Amino acid sequence: MIDFSDIINFSDYDQLIPLVFNSILAGALLAVIGGLVGVFVMHRELSFAVHGISELSFAGAAVFLLIGLDVVFGSVFGSFLAALIIALLGDKARDRNSIVAVLMPFGLGIGILALALYPGRAANKFGLLTGQIVAVDDPKLGAMTVISLIVIAVLIVIWRPLSFASLDPEVAVARGVNTRLLGIIFILLLGLAVAAAVQIVGALLVLALLVTPAAAALRLSSSQVVVPILSVLFALVSMIGGTLLALGGTLPISPYVTTISFLIYLIARSIAWAKARA
Amino acid sequence: MSLLQIQNASLTFGERTLWSELSLSVEPGEFVALIGANGSGKSMLLKTIIGSQQLSSGSIDFFGQPAGKNNKLIGYVPQHRASDQGLPLLVKDAVRFGLDGHRFGFGVEKNADEKVAAALAEVDATELANKRVGSLSGGEMQRVRVAQAIISEPKLLLADEPLSALDLNHQQKISELINNQRKRLDSAVIFVAHDLNPIIEYVDRVIYLAQGKHSIGTTDEVMRSEVLSKLYGTEIDVVRNQGRIVVLGAHDHQHHDEEHWS
Repeated sequence: MIDFSDIINFSDYDQLIPLVFNSILAGALLAVIGGLVGVFVMHRELSFAVHGISELSFAGAAVFLLIGLDVVFGSVFGSFLAALIIALLGDKARDRNSIVAVLMPFGLGIGILALALYPGRAANKFGLLTGQIVAVDDPKLGAMTVISLIVIAVLIVIWRPLSFASLDPEVAVARGVNTRLLGIIFILLLGLAVAAAVQIVGALLVLALLVTPAAAALRLSSSQVVVPILSVLFALVSMIGGTLLALGGTLPISPYVTTISFLIYLIARSIAWAKARA
Repeated sequence: MSLLQIQNASLTFGERTLWSELSLSVEPGEFVALIGANGSGKSMLLKTIIGSQQLSSGSIDFFGQPAGKNNKLIGYVPQHRASDQGLPLLVKDAVRFGLDGHRFGFGVEKNADEKVAAALAEVDATELANKRVGSLSGGEMQRVRVAQAIISEPKLLLADEPLSALDLNHQQKISELINNQRKRLDSAVIFVAHDLNPIIEYVDRVIYLAQGKHSIGTTDEVMRSEVLSKLYGTEIDVVRNQGRIVVLGAHDHQHHDEEHWS
């Protein structure tokens, strides 16, 4: 029998919150960069690439775990490797999709191999795939903060030309925008954001933070100002809401985050549908 | 020093020569019409000026530097094609891109909103400001493209068939607008057209591309039966009637699609 109190349970809540303070902070950072990066993932049709990068990020983390190095660095290493391969080889959408599809199972395979060889506890292992919110210690929070600040700072600098290059590439080139360089910078930022997300929600569910919130926002608006704000808001609600709901139960955080994220998307679609019919 | 200097430029794709040994200097304030059949390489000539297409041989300098180095001084109206219905881009934001979309950071251009509104008003598109570009008709989209290209007050405006989807009234209005701006700013215009007539009164020079060859000169020098017959290598009649020019017999000899080359 499923005990409902395993799924949602608010008893001892006041004592639990301080224990997961790091996790909530990390989740909030992740939601901000996920929401912002996600807007360009949508504009540049990179959803599938996100999935590919996250599998390689998982592989990097798993291999580093096995050989006794820092998991976050492994994650960033795998992400960057995938992002660079995709950026340099996959200029056209079709090439890119096939490259991602080739990389993805390879990365997952290596990751599973590394985990199988790792002598530690199984719970730690699967955290990389399905998320491990309670495991955010101070060094990890520090790494997440650094990654987030880098992503946000670079995004602020390139935001306008990157939007131009993503939405109107032909005219952007004619106006002197280096669209190729911006594309490479962005995919590296995406790699960083994915590496950060893998630490919290796990490789399999990264899309719920890097694609779903932005996709929902774009159902509701096309404004250059409103879309990023909504996207970050949706990511924050999913991430923090998911964490708070997961707290009392015994289940991993990811299903809560992905469910909220998915529900927001459904609501956004329904609103868009109702507006179109009105 | 000329604004734009093209020297002995050639563009070939495999066996096919679009144009070769093309030399041209464009001065500030000049209005140049670029005419020719589909697939004659008109769009490609613009792309080589922008620097997004490399020449096979020859050189292009714009504002004293090789093509592609001074693009922020260029306004570009791309050839019309149906835009993606779902593209999340509002008309006012698209026009704004033409003003400062190339700039890094969030520094704001002075009076950016007013400039966007003014550019949209000039092309009769004020009421389109908050629509998505994907929802526009062909003619509406072209007017928005012109607003996007003129808003930065470029030294050189490259317009690739900006009239192709417009009704007659707007053809006149947009041609006049482009002409007025080049006079006011003493800027140059290279205007790709299928038909010279809507812009005939503004044109200083014509570049006619056909069959891998070209002819450059004033309208009277180029738009003559013997000149075009020589270009096409077949009998062409150029008929003048009340200030209009009709070219007979030059029905797109080449059946290559312009899209293929763009």
